[in-house]
Amino acid sequence: MRIQLRFFASVREALGTGAEMLELPADVRTVGDVRAFLRQRGGAWEETLAEGRALRMAWNHQMTGADTPIADGGEVAFFPPVTGG
Amino acid sequence: MPVRVQIEDFDLSAEVAALRAGNAKVGAVAAFIGTVRDMNDGEGVASMELEHYPGMTETALEEIVTEAKRRWPVFDATVIHRVGPLQPLDQIVLVAVTSAHRGEAFAACEFIMDYLKTAAPFWKKEQTAQGARWVDARVSDDAALARWGLRSTNLAGDE
Repeated sequence: MRIQLRFFASVREALGTGAEMLELPADVRTVGDVRAFLRQRGGAWEETLAEGRALRMAWNHQMTGADTPIADGGEVAFFPPVTGG
Repeated sequence: MPVRVQIEDFDLSAEVAALRAGNAKVGAVAAFIGTVRDMNDGEGVASMELEHYPGMTETALEEIVTEAKRRWPVFDATVIHRVGPLQPLDQIVLVAVTSAHRGEAFAACEFIMDYLKTAAPFWKKEQTAQGARWVDARVSDDAALARWGLRSTNLAGDE
């Protein structure tokens, strides 16, 4: 399965990238699984995407929780709490 | 339902005129403008940069306006949010709502702003004398949304 990753604001800066195409192994099935999969890269990835960090997630442009299933061709985004307005 | 994310400034009079043009059923227009302050959390702010999630931002704003229309009998709403570099005194955001009577226009306008603060993917980065810093989300914004019976998970980071 192949998905688009997007990162914004302080998460984008900490990871040093705003976007990436990612090929996933079959056992990565949810948004939370993607977060855990990326943490395995260690360093800034492990720290920025750690459990307990205030991190928001989106699946195909909708705010979502860790249990949301993902599908081929979709887009997962990670970003800090929003501060517009 | 005009929802716009733009770098350029906006003109309140022109937007309100367009929003209520030709609709004689409109008896009330409520509008809110958010502006850039030169002070935040005790520090002087020289300028700021607003980042957003293109595509998702517009979708989120449209859903917020749709929810406001479901809750109150409003005719229409305009939401404009600026992105990019901004200076103190600049306008950041406009919400304008038309309805037959003032009560629903006031309520829908405030609801849209409260919802936007916790659900639309924008992020502010301020330049201060100590350097650049990302603005922290506020607990009070989650509390403001709770008044409308909606639970915000902005700070908790999960739905």
